[in-house]
Amino acid sequence: MTYIKPKFRHPELPKNKIGYAKADYEGAISTLCGGCGHDSISGAIVQACYELSIEPHKLAKLSGIGCSSKTPTYFLSNSHGFNAVHGRMPSIATGANMANRNLIYLGVSGDGDSASIGMGQFVHAIRRNVNMVYIVMNNGCYGLTKGQNSATADIGSLSKGGSENRYPAIDLIGMALELGATFVGRSFSGDKTQLVPLIKAAMSHPGFALLDVVSPCVTFNNKPESTKSYDYVRAHLEATATIDFVPEKEEITVDYPEGRSAHVELHDGSVIHLSKLAPNWNPTDRYSAVNRLLESKMKGEVLTGLLYIDPNSQEMHELENTVSQPLNTLREKELCPGSKALETINASFR
Amino acid sequence: MEHIRAINDLVVRFANVNGTGSASANNMFAKAIFRMGIPVSPKNIFPSNIQGLPTWYEVRISEKGYLGRRDGIDLMVCVNPQSMARDVESVKPGGYFVYDNTKKLHPEFIREDIHYIGIPMTALVMKHYSDPRQRQLFKNVIYVGALSALLDIEMNVLKGIIEDQFKRKQKLVAPNFKALELGEQYVKEHFQCPLDIRLERRDNVGNQILIDGNTAVALGAIYGGATVAAWYPITPSTSIVGSFEKYAHRLRIDPESGKSRYAIVQAEDELAAMGMVIGATWNGARAFTTTSGPGVSLMSEFLGLAYFAEIPVVLVNVQRGGPSTGMPTRTQQPDLISSAYASHGDTRHVLLFPSTPKECFDFTARAFDLADRLQTPVILMSDLDLGMNDHVSPPLEWDDERKYDLGKVLSAEDLEKVEQFGRYLDVDGDGIPYRTIPGTHPTKGSFFTRGTSKDEYARYTENGAAYVRNVDRLLKKWETAKNHVPAPELYQEENSNDYGLIFFGTTTYAALEAMELLRDKGIQLDALRLCAFPFNDTVRQFIDEHKQVFVVEQNRDGQLRSMLINELGLYPGQLIPILNYDGQPITADAIEQMIVEKYPQEKKHDDVHKAQVPAS
Repeated sequence: MTYIKPKFRHPELPKNKIGYAKADYEGAISTLCGGCGHDSISGAIVQACYELSIEPHKLAKLSGIGCSSKTPTYFLSNSHGFNAVHGRMPSIATGANMANRNLIYLGVSGDGDSASIGMGQFVHAIRRNVNMVYIVMNNGCYGLTKGQNSATADIGSLSKGGSENRYPAIDLIGMALELGATFVGRSFSGDKTQLVPLIKAAMSHPGFALLDVVSPCVTFNNKPESTKSYDYVRAHLEATATIDFVPEKEEITVDYPEGRSAHVELHDGSVIHLSKLAPNWNPTDRYSAVNRLLESKMKGEVLTGLLYIDPNSQEMHELENTVSQPLNTLREKELCPGSKALETINASFR
Repeated sequence: MEHIRAINDLVVRFANVNGTGSASANNMFAKAIFRMGIPVSPKNIFPSNIQGLPTWYEVRISEKGYLGRRDGIDLMVCVNPQSMARDVESVKPGGYFVYDNTKKLHPEFIREDIHYIGIPMTALVMKHYSDPRQRQLFKNVIYVGALSALLDIEMNVLKGIIEDQFKRKQKLVAPNFKALELGEQYVKEHFQCPLDIRLERRDNVGNQILIDGNTAVALGAIYGGATVAAWYPITPSTSIVGSFEKYAHRLRIDPESGKSRYAIVQAEDELAAMGMVIGATWNGARAFTTTSGPGVSLMSEFLGLAYFAEIPVVLVNVQRGGPSTGMPTRTQQPDLISSAYASHGDTRHVLLFPSTPKECFDFTARAFDLADRLQTPVILMSDLDLGMNDHVSPPLEWDDERKYDLGKVLSAEDLEKVEQFGRYLDVDGDGIPYRTIPGTHPTKGSFFTRGTSKDEYARYTENGAAYVRNVDRLLKKWETAKNHVPAPELYQEENSNDYGLIFFGTTTYAALEAMELLRDKGIQLDALRLCAFPFNDTVRQFIDEHKQVFVVEQNRDGQLRSMLINELGLYPGQLIPILNYDGQPITADAIEQMIVEKYPQEKKHDDVHKAQVPAS
């Protein structure tokens, strides 16, 4: 099949604050299967970046290997992209972030990439609180190698070849909460009204923001009994709250409905508004998030929304006490101590 | 009894227990001799252990400046009962055995052909110090004091070193002085001092310094502009990042904000360390990692990515004995092939072979320029001997006019002038394309970095012709690299002998000394020291101009020889392997002996192709 994307844009397309149309955030035509949840997530990323008025070149998109890791081609074509080796995107993102703290880093991964081969790097990127958004497009199976079960597959799930998964699913959200992640959210590829504000909040969070997005694989894992299928998720979806994200200095125009609500202010002045809060849950209380997650699990629900945010998050550069100027802009003048200093060093070895 | 008489030409070995503070006393001994203007070459021979196992420190003292290891111990200082049998055995006939005679020496340790010098070290510390840790530490200083009288080491030089060492802990100076004097007095009262092997002040070290290769690498990274260091601890590379941190903390703090102009990340493993380097250099910073053989194995997948996606990488491989965990605390040069061709598919990486701490400094700083210029991994091949032992080295130098060569990086202004940016287009015909750093320009210059096959515009392709164009361009870049890497060093103005000698890295000291020993036996060799891979034309010419060439290296399989044969398409009989792989630095005697054995009996070979292929 050939897809040709028209380059022509209607001049009167709406533009965001910095003069970009939504189309300016798009990428190449997707080559994933029709109906793949991943494409909806790509769409949500485009929408979120457009609404946040991000300059596309000030964002770097990184991924590993797998269907999910192909998606960065399908959004933000004016951003640099890095398709790393399998399971190793977190280390590339960590190094990139150390080199230039002024870009936004968007990592895209899958359940094979993060929960199996890349588990070590995934865990340590959380531990270091690398300032990045980390989206796991979670479908419980390996797509590119044709339907094997992944480490997030349900017990009893059958692979395309018919072999049964005998091992429990790894819950990345629960694990991240235990690890001390500073921003944890789960969403569903089919729920853009929730996913877009979650991505926007994640991009504004100073630190590692994990979004585990259930993203059904229409080809290999969409049977109604699969907890990663469209039918199951729609029937069992629960949310911690309704989320709305208000960027810095934007006037609040929405009227929030009556009932329990909360707001979390981020370091840059932007605000996450949460309404219809689940009972006994507080977005800045890790303990309540863990409890709420376990309760949902027992009931067979798919709990979505923002689960936890640490408003005092200190990202890796703050922990490392690096200069505010990006390290990749420093040159001889700032870096090289010169021959005089070397003379002193030589003298200390005589 | 055989009688040894020597001035400024001896080998002294210390047998200690690991973790008892002997290292600083032993270093003081070597440094004092260095400060007396006499070249020294100390070697740590240590176990993979924190505390309790035997460890040795061997110092070769050579007025003539021979800095390789030498067999034959003239004087042994043994303060470790565990290893005493072996230590007594290793002293050469006529040599001296210095020991703690607080307890009487067991008769089985008595040899008729060596001298015994008993010093009641334990009794002395028990009498003069009360703190248990001090007793342990000053026992070491006592034997250094004794050696000052036995070997004629200038006492004020030793005291000067202690004063320097404890500048900020003044109260430790006096008890150290006392320990020196206790040792000195005891031997002066009980033995004839000095011995017939002794030292005399010379002026043979000039302005040189005594420094280990790992520290020099760290300084090379500071001066070369590295801002990101990502690493995972592994012997014998570990101290590099420790040194980098120490000097960065001193030299790389922004005076206004007090914040760091560097970031050091101790990664979860070597894979992640290499990933972080790749991420940082892709994003325009200078970054490096350090490891040893096992780490290179783990980094292989990423090295292939960096080669294929053309991302600068600086990797320091401080080699140790392999394979697998191998001999983690012994030296070898066993990772040539695994480093040169790391990763699956057709890959090859630039290697640099420093042979002195000064070259560790120079080549590390240069590795950053090379990696940026060539957009590929550059691997500095140090080893345990070079990295962890102190070496007499020319002082480190830096030209303040020097600018970093960041290679072909397009700025926003450059991109404005480019009609269509092609990340992998060979614009200049040297195989090196132009790259852009993320965040440079709003609409131009973005591309997708990937490990998959791609066309000139970084677009994924499975088109065979595009694939071949790309990998052939990488070969062209490899050709370009030959003229960028450091050239080999030749030791003669013109090649004039039938037979040649090739060596590299830490083999250099012993090889140069062996050449003199061979000359005394009437065997004259031309010599070439390799400094880098790929091999440039000088190497081929050198081999072509000789009937046969001896290739000295410290591994079992003659890896450099194999690479020379394969890369230059040589007949294997042209290269004769001279190998040492027991984990000890190679000695001049060993090289001399092997060359004498393998040196063709009939010097007149009309046809090199009929030359026997010697067994390795």
